Amino acid sequence: MVVQHPKIAFRDLKVRYGEKTALEGINLEVAKNEILGIIGPAGSGKTSLLRVLNRTLQNTPGAKVTGDVRIDGEDIHRMRDVSGLRRRIGMVAPLPVGLPMSVYDNVAFAPRMAGVTDKKVLDGVVERCLRQAALWEEVEKRLGDLGTKLSGGQQQRLTIARALSHSPEILCLDEFSIAIDPVTTMRIEEVLKELRKHMTIFLVTNLVQQARRLADRTAFLLLGELVEVGPTEEVFGRNPRDRRTFDYVHGIFG
Amino acid sequence: MSREEVEGAGANPGAELGTGLGPRLGRSPARQRLHRAKELLIETVIRVCGVSAVIFVFGIFYFVFREAAPLLFGGLDLGELLTSGEWYPDSDNPRYGAFALIAGTLAVTLLAMLIAVPLGLGAAIFVSEFSRGRTREILKIVIELLAAIPSVVWGFIGLVIMNPLIIDLFDTPVGLNVLNGAILLALMSVPIIVSIGEDALKAVPDTYREAAEAMGATRWQVTWRVLLPAARNGLLAAVLLGVGRAVGETMAVLMATGHSVNVPDSPLDSVRTITATIASELGETAQGSDHYRVLFVLGSLLFLITFLVNLTADLVIRGFKRR
Repeated sequence: MVVQHPKIAFRDLKVRYGEKTALEGINLEVAKNEILGIIGPAGSGKTSLLRVLNRTLQNTPGAKVTGDVRIDGEDIHRMRDVSGLRRRIGMVAPLPVGLPMSVYDNVAFAPRMAGVTDKKVLDGVVERCLRQAALWEEVEKRLGDLGTKLSGGQQQRLTIARALSHSPEILCLDEFSIAIDPVTTMRIEEVLKELRKHMTIFLVTNLVQQARRLADRTAFLLLGELVEVGPTEEVFGRNPRDRRTFDYVHGIFG
Repeated sequence: MSREEVEGAGANPGAELGTGLGPRLGRSPARQRLHRAKELLIETVIRVCGVSAVIFVFGIFYFVFREAAPLLFGGLDLGELLTSGEWYPDSDNPRYGAFALIAGTLAVTLLAMLIAVPLGLGAAIFVSEFSRGRTREILKIVIELLAAIPSVVWGFIGLVIMNPLIIDLFDTPVGLNVLNGAILLALMSVPIIVSIGEDALKAVPDTYREAAEAMGATRWQVTWRVLLPAARNGLLAAVLLGVGRAVGETMAVLMATGHSVNVPDSPLDSVRTITATIASELGETAQGSDHYRVLFVLGSLLFLITFLVNLTADLVIRGFKRR
């Protein structure tokens, strides 16, 4: 399927860690304001794909990336300003990483790094992001507490708030709901439906049903190979193009 | 959970499932007693190791203080010792004013730390965060080599290299002074600060770096805003161990600071430190004499200073933790 004017385009992307291949010849285009679900068993390269996008993979010793990745037609590996690139992308890791600072400072971190100093503006950003991450009511009174003192699920929502704090064009959620209860997960899913008006979203998930609820299209990765990408209904339906997709989605293996 | 419970829980499923684990876990009573005795023995040995540090510290303090006590409580004017600069232990009318020695020690240590802390922390940050691969390995080896140089060699460098250099650069008659000693002490403390500081930075989880970078922080911003605050206790420990080294160092300062009893006005003044005084005079005193004893009083004072430094550090760290 060809996307007109893709927001993000991976062309023949390969990732290797030393001898081990993590991604093998990925060709994938993502439209603006699309939610792309990414499913696949552990070790299939889902996280590597996201880390290519914000160029944090290059920090991993031995990791080698070849191929072409473009955002709005611009090759990300030619961008001089890596920090600038990362500010365009919000990243939520599977396990929450509360930075060792207050709740407020966690959310205000990215705007501050980008040079925002006005207290009013920062206050506004912090409240907006915490509300969007469905966390505001719980931490409103304890913004000065250490972020690491929150519960696991709260910390995870804190990282979501943080990822939104620099108003990214692209939001990458890497199994965000692992540490969150179902009710909160549903609240955040509602937020995602709202956010898609403003940004393109990568949703890596092990919850097949979550991809089904949210994703416009879904990509199935298996052992570093992009087996199939198509409209979510098709991928989860009776007749996906690849037999392996059907088997995975219906729990026959993996 | 006690050991019995663990073994009980382990033995049953093993026996039922017939995994072969059953017999081993369900030991005979005799073997269990043997096992417990062994456990107790190991525990005792380890406890002794742990407590021995306390014994040594108190032991050292006791022996030093024992030699100092008769004078300390029998005729020494403590006010004079701490405030007078007149150190004439060998005169017919001996005067024991150690203020100049204390001032000399503090001046050299302070200047040494002004040099060593920025240099050491900067190097630790560079090695840990901004260098990679071979550069980093080579740097670490060389810095550790720096720590292995004996202090008498440093003293030699102070005498032969630094002395003429300081005379030339600052146009002073003597190059053996506070500055000379401080530079040597700084160079001696830097390896300690670097290697402990680097460990502290390395102990910060990589996930912090990645999370901060993913939010668009530059490497310097990550270091300054995230890593340094996260590692501050370890970094403080690194600095204080450096201070400890500087306060207690004897040979290099003995050789490089000019060995003249003097309250310094400038870094170019010669001084004598407490440690250098003890080292150079103790051998020439009669055991049990006042002079002998006053040197032990100075030793106790040195002990007190290092104790206060460590205590302060401890309180500061606790303060950080509570925040």
